Amino acid sequence: MNFIFDKNTWQEIFGSIGKNKTRTIITVIGVLWGIFIYIALSGSAKGLDNGFEKAFETVAMNSMFVWAQQTSMPYEGFKTGRQLQLKMGDVTVLQNRVPAIQNIAPRNAKGVFGDEPALVVNGQKSGNYSIYGDYPVFTKIATKKIYDRGRFINDDDIDQTRKVCVIGERTQSELFNKDEDPIGAYIRIDDIYFQIVGVHKFTPGGGFETDSDIYIPFTTYRKLYNTGDNVGWLTIAAYDDADVVQAEADVKTVLKRIHRVDPGDERAFGSFNLGEVFNRIVGFAKGMTFLSLVVGIATILAGVIGIGNILLISVKERTKELGVRRALGATPNEVKSQIILESVFLTVIAGIMGIILGAGTLSLINGFTEGADFPYANPTVPIPYVLGALVIMVVLGTLIGLIPAQRAVSIKPIDALREE
Amino acid sequence: MIEIKDLHKSYRMGSNSLHVLKGINFTAESGELVAIMGSSGSGKSTLLNILGMLDEADSGDYTLDGVPIKNLNETKAAKYRNKFLGFIFQSFNLINYKSALENVALPLYYQRIPRKERQERAMKYLGQVGLKEWAHHLPSELSGGQKQRVAIARAMAAEPKVLLADEPTGALDSTTSYEVMDLIQKINDQGNTILVVTHEDDIAHMCKRIIHLKDGVIEKDEKVTQVRASQYV
Repeated sequence: MNFIFDKNTWQEIFGSIGKNKTRTIITVIGVLWGIFIYIALSGSAKGLDNGFEKAFETVAMNSMFVWAQQTSMPYEGFKTGRQLQLKMGDVTVLQNRVPAIQNIAPRNAKGVFGDEPALVVNGQKSGNYSIYGDYPVFTKIATKKIYDRGRFINDDDIDQTRKVCVIGERTQSELFNKDEDPIGAYIRIDDIYFQIVGVHKFTPGGGFETDSDIYIPFTTYRKLYNTGDNVGWLTIAAYDDADVVQAEADVKTVLKRIHRVDPGDERAFGSFNLGEVFNRIVGFAKGMTFLSLVVGIATILAGVIGIGNILLISVKERTKELGVRRALGATPNEVKSQIILESVFLTVIAGIMGIILGAGTLSLINGFTEGADFPYANPTVPIPYVLGALVIMVVLGTLIGLIPAQRAVSIKPIDALREE
Repeated sequence: MIEIKDLHKSYRMGSNSLHVLKGINFTAESGELVAIMGSSGSGKSTLLNILGMLDEADSGDYTLDGVPIKNLNETKAAKYRNKFLGFIFQSFNLINYKSALENVALPLYYQRIPRKERQERAMKYLGQVGLKEWAHHLPSELSGGQKQRVAIARAMAAEPKVLLADEPTGALDSTTSYEVMDLIQKINDQGNTILVVTHEDDIAHMCKRIIHLKDGVIEKDEKVTQVRASQYV
């Protein structure tokens, strides 16, 4: 080990790799490029991964929407084409029959699916906005970010059918002056006064919501729009470890039984499975990470092989020099370790430069995509990956250095000296 | 110092083998300056290579300073070369990207001598060959004679028992040759054992003893009156 820290060992190495600077630089670029690709690719893949994660962070990853449609098969005496309607009772039955369900939130909405939005008035200002009737449990499925001092609808609101609402940040800017505090203020929704209890921040991803939606308690909505037991659609979150696709199928089966629909009727209930979509995206991101690892490591390998190749040529050129060294008393091991050290040194230097360059490129890309509407955030390469790459390079550098090193000592000193 | 008995060496050339050394016997005492002469193909370089442990004899005994040289692996041979022998080559064989000083210090590096001491000793030997001012020059900046003097300093640096010179003046003009021989004589005067392979008569006569080789056997082994090279310089 002493010999690695000996200044002369390094002089020997610098001397021999400095002999042909252009060639050394080109060789180094080979490995540098490899590690650069590795860092840039895996960092980008991670960035993409983070980006998707960020886009979906407000919605439970394994959630789904279920709504009622028309039957497409006759069943139990009902003719085909019957319009189905979800009822409040379905919620309890689903919760009891489908164990995979963690949270289930029935919702109603006005002004979302083609019907007329509600007229909302605050003094001289007015606008048309979508109104949602919600239960507090909804925030457990899709997080709503509420601004300072505000809150979402709570259980008391539901129980007492309170006339309270949560407005969107756009609603606030359109109905209120800038210096006005909306919390506690009253607005008129379809001629009924509601007190504002919160302002929600719009978070993209997962559905049709906008930054101007108004949420009111489900029970109040029912009274206001006279919807009775009807439910517009169900938002369901499965447990984290549950199979979302299976949960979706189970939910539909139960609903079909309740509503007396042919079990084979595929069109009776519509659904959108966010979990499935999300799983697909996660799979894609994982694939990207894997691909970047494979491509990166393959490129590093190509670079290291380049170093081995150059050292092989260099050993051939230095046959005589190595012969002289051995005549002067260099043991085969000393000659070998010098050449391996050269290989490792070149690889590591190239690797470190590649890592720096790759990290620089990643932060540059991050700067460009910061504000852009592109699922890309905080591209990082985990430290173990970087260390792993370095270890791989040292190991490969050593292994590849073994070939020229073996070649160097396989020639007898006397033959090496004779070589002209 | 050197004792060889019935040394045989043959090279295989395809199907037939070439018997190069056919039973060499000789002894060299400490402090001797021996010239080995012979035409090309007489086996003189082979003999020197065997003496230098760069090659191994097929049969026969070789004892160097009381140590039997036999069945050496590469590592052991390298250690013995470093400890016992100094080489001077016809083509100098300096390492061209190292300064004169570093070239001289190289055998000491392989003896694991600390850097500072290495430099000091290398400088001392460079001084002995009169090249102190050239210590930090690269071989490419030196003349042929200077290069050979650096090579001699390098051979001396490890303080070997025996110096082996293979045609040390072969690549030099006669004036420079005499300078180099003058140096070799001076080193010999200090008590070092030196073997010089040459095919030049005048160079051989600057040694104290000449061994004539012919077709792999010693034809003549004579003590000669040494011609001092200094008179030509």
